[in-house]
Amino acid sequence: MPNPTPEEVKGLVGGGSSGLVTRLLDSDVMASFRSSKLTMLAALIVLLMFLGAFLAPWIAPFDPFDPAKVFLSDASIPPRWQEAGDPRFVFGTDDQGRDLYSAILYGLRVSLLVGGLGVMLAAAIGITLGLVAGYVGGRVDALIMRIADVQLTFPAILIALLIDGVVHSLLKGVSREESAIPVLVASIGLSFWVQYARTIRGSTLVEKNKDYVAAARLVGIPTPVIMLRHVLPNVIGPVLVILTINLGLAVITEATLSFLGVGLPPTQPSLGTLISIGNQYLFSGDWWIVTFPGLTLAALVLSVNLLGDWLRDALNPKLR
Amino acid sequence: MLAFIIRRIAQSLFVMAAVALIAFLMFRFVGDPVNQMVGIDTPQEEVARLRESLGLNDPAIVQFGRFVWNIVHFDFGISYQFRLPVTQLLAERAPATLELAVTAAIFALIVGVIMGVYCALNRDSWLARVFQAVSLVGVSLPTFLIGILLIYLFAVILGWLPSNGRGQVVKIGQWWTTGFLTGSGLKALILPAITLGLFQMTLIMRLVRAEMMEVMRTDYIKFAKARGLKTRSIHFGHALKNTLIPVITIAGLQLGSIIAFAIITETVFNWPGMGILFLKAVQNVDIPIMAAYLMLIGFLFVVINLAVDLAYGLVDPRLRVAMRA
Repeated sequence: MPNPTPEEVKGLVGGGSSGLVTRLLDSDVMASFRSSKLTMLAALIVLLMFLGAFLAPWIAPFDPFDPAKVFLSDASIPPRWQEAGDPRFVFGTDDQGRDLYSAILYGLRVSLLVGGLGVMLAAAIGITLGLVAGYVGGRVDALIMRIADVQLTFPAILIALLIDGVVHSLLKGVSREESAIPVLVASIGLSFWVQYARTIRGSTLVEKNKDYVAAARLVGIPTPVIMLRHVLPNVIGPVLVILTINLGLAVITEATLSFLGVGLPPTQPSLGTLISIGNQYLFSGDWWIVTFPGLTLAALVLSVNLLGDWLRDALNPKLR
Repeated sequence: MLAFIIRRIAQSLFVMAAVALIAFLMFRFVGDPVNQMVGIDTPQEEVARLRESLGLNDPAIVQFGRFVWNIVHFDFGISYQFRLPVTQLLAERAPATLELAVTAAIFALIVGVIMGVYCALNRDSWLARVFQAVSLVGVSLPTFLIGILLIYLFAVILGWLPSNGRGQVVKIGQWWTTGFLTGSGLKALILPAITLGLFQMTLIMRLVRAEMMEVMRTDYIKFAKARGLKTRSIHFGHALKNTLIPVITIAGLQLGSIIAFAIITETVFNWPGMGILFLKAVQNVDIPIMAAYLMLIGFLFVVINLAVDLAYGLVDPRLRVAMRA
């Protein structure tokens, strides 16, 4: 055997991580990613937005929530490139004198946090119920799927609205600032789980009749362990695509609830809240207050949707 | 066939019972209805008497039975905010929402089908690409943002169309009011209907495009071409006709969600419909209105679903065979 090349050594010795990276870069998925410029652009926008949201406290020029640094005398200044603009405020300021660029960064943070956590909660609920329904079967299955059917009768946004209203009325003592984010996450989680449950249940029904499950059962492995360690890894694949597509939907849902005035309060604005504030100033000519948060939201959702569409096609073996 | 119909009706009844149960639980456990009705200075005996007369001391199952009985008789209770019967409040606002929803649905169906057919037949033309891009944006932009955009463009900058309200309405019969008969009513309808219908339009467009491309590849279209039929009659007589069945199904199912999504459009355009009423009810924890709206939307969805399923069974002989098995 000839001496191995340095790359081979690295691949052998370096073990998991670099081997995994090389495999990922060589895969069909990456090839299809590199061949689509639009997808790369969408990925770049999503990446930038996540970075901006994550780093908001460090990269935002102002802290829009510090009343000591926000002055009403700065209110409603147009963007920098306009005649009346102020060089300190790139996108201008809102009605309370907050720097719009900083407010958008913080708003993006809240929107992505709520959307991301909401989608993850939905996935957790849906995967659990789908796995149980598919594996256990019988009455449990019938009950879970009937609940799913009833819920599918209503659009997710309506369910989120209802849950939001009901929970807030149950939490009378708690202020809106404290309860808004958990309540929103819960209402998004509880309105989006059905799709995960149906997908997971479908593949679980197929997997549970395969030999490896029968073998595991014969060896005497407890049912919960079979479900989690044996079946789950084999049915979890499609969830990634649903997660991506649902992230866009969840961000829209949160923004819509905030716009309707039942989501995040103006003291803790998400992109939806900012748009709702800006909407009140549309007729007085302060177009920038609604335009920049609106553009950010549109670009975010569009990019996430493009990524989701691409992912669905790239991971679908039929389309290769 | 009869067994299938009975089973589907039983399923629909089950869904409605579940929705009623949720509405009842909201009624019973979210906020005390008696507290909403009495003032602070109402004496304790009065409160106890009210509680007894409302039947709140009866077993839960009896209360649920009475709740369902009332609903079947269109009695949804008294709104906490307005102190008026919920049925009356909803009936006053139903025409506004229904006119908006139906207009939006017709707009979505007509424009969506035309755009979809065009995209399927001229796949590589630049206009088809524009339509495709529009559909992607239509799916990605939240409804309220589209509404704001349209208001800014057509109401603020151009000043062509009104940005809120229904315009002038005409009263027909006992309680129906319509905006269809006045100029200002029609003008006021344009922007909200486009806003509400845009998402459904893109959905229908994508569906028609995909279905039509599929149908154009089938043997009977090839055969029609081989017979030398006119392109026009192949496209519209053969291909489109076979595309429309699933499209009409989806469009029918979407009518329910159009009415639900009207909540957002009505808020943006200050449209005096049921959606705004529901939103105010959510903000003020006005449970009777929330429960009634929930029941109403649930009922609409169930009826539409049922109608679509039964119509399918009547139209498609393959399904009839499957049902018998």
